Amino acid sequence: MKALFVAFRKDLLLQWRGKTQAVAIFAFGAATLLLFSFAIGPDSSALRQHAAGFLWLGLLLASTLSLAESFEREMEEQALEGLLLLPACARTLYYGKAMANWAQLALLGMALVPVMIVLYDAGTLRLLSLLAVILLGTAGLSAPGTLHAAMTSQTRARQTLLPLLLFPLVVPVLLAAVKATSLVILGDPMEQFGPWITLLGAFAVVHWSLGGLLFGRVVED
Amino acid sequence: MIAVAAAGLCRRYGRRWALADVSFELPARALVMVTGRNGSGKSTLLRVLATAVRPDLGTARILGHDVRVERDIVRRKIGLLGHRTHLYEPLTALENLGVVARFLGADARRSALLGQLEEVGLADRGDDPVQTFSAGMRQRLALASVLLQRPEVVFLDEPYGHLDAAGFLLVDSLLQRFRAEGATVLMATHLMARGRKLCDLGLVLEAGRLVFAGAAAQLPEPPGVDAIGFAEGA
Repeated sequence: MKALFVAFRKDLLLQWRGKTQAVAIFAFGAATLLLFSFAIGPDSSALRQHAAGFLWLGLLLASTLSLAESFEREMEEQALEGLLLLPACARTLYYGKAMANWAQLALLGMALVPVMIVLYDAGTLRLLSLLAVILLGTAGLSAPGTLHAAMTSQTRARQTLLPLLLFPLVVPVLLAAVKATSLVILGDPMEQFGPWITLLGAFAVVHWSLGGLLFGRVVED
Repeated sequence: MIAVAAAGLCRRYGRRWALADVSFELPARALVMVTGRNGSGKSTLLRVLATAVRPDLGTARILGHDVRVERDIVRRKIGLLGHRTHLYEPLTALENLGVVARFLGADARRSALLGQLEEVGLADRGDDPVQTFSAGMRQRLALASVLLQRPEVVFLDEPYGHLDAAGFLLVDSLLQRFRAEGATVLMATHLMARGRKLCDLGLVLEAGRLVFAGAAAQLPEPPGVDAIGFAEGA
């Protein structure tokens, strides 16, 4: 547990040092939301209908940048290899980084919500429900994202490979997150929110478990 | 006691054998120079022994522990200074050492870490990010990280690389310190005179094969040394 805290602290520190990059990633996500809003036009009802989908697409696209960045630091001077040789447990290093990536993506998601509200006229008073969806949805993105960022970090075409590998894998997470967010924004007369959020939680548990099991095989020779 | 033993060690990168059937035994507390031309397999040998890469064939044991099946035990006993420094560029020197110390469960207080930096001549640069360091300063910081690990077997790949004259003397003194503490050291270097003077034993690799294993004083001169007037400095 102490080692997990050390790994998490290290990754948070690295993210803090790269905070200008985080601002750029937020700007990228906000720009994506802006461009998607142009595709819908001025119809405020249509904008509200599509707000959830575009929020998660913006978050997904921005996440590939931040996930790839998180392993760039590990590979520059093979710092990850140095930690493995100490020896630090690969699983601990994975969970430390996945937690830091989760925190960053969740913050990014929360920062994009006001942009969505302004651009898509998609205000909601169920902020706690929205927060829960963002937390569980980004957990479902960060765990497989961290694993695949590690897999692609040593390849030349990593910027292309990461989304190619990650996007198909997170489609179920994305569908559940979009549906749950839509229910929060548009209302939930049939009380479907519970099942969708449970599904999101289940995906997160599966991805976090698999990531911890597979990470050692990915980063060790 | 045998500290490092290799038997039929082979490692392939693509279709090229970087190590081919390398076998030797090294006694504990020995300072061993590993030399050979560029691309002869020195770094690969050190990385295989340090468990950074797996051998394709053959076995190697560090203090009796197999590098394939007892990786974690081996890793607790070794320290590796490689071509890459294992440092985080955006973090400061103190933060980098702090990460290593915390994972090791060692004293990570600022005063303790400053003491480590003092040993490698970087005490006044502790709060500077590594990305502002020269190659020689990174090498010194990487050495400080190896020292933190208190290894029983040390693998140093070109430890004199990028260092100035004072840095050469620092590495010389660290080698003596490792010896005094009872550690076994394998050092890959091209500095023949220095190796002969400081080391007990020598290994020479040629195209991945071990072509000499014996006393460091008897190490053969590599081809081309006379032609370029190879100078070692310091």
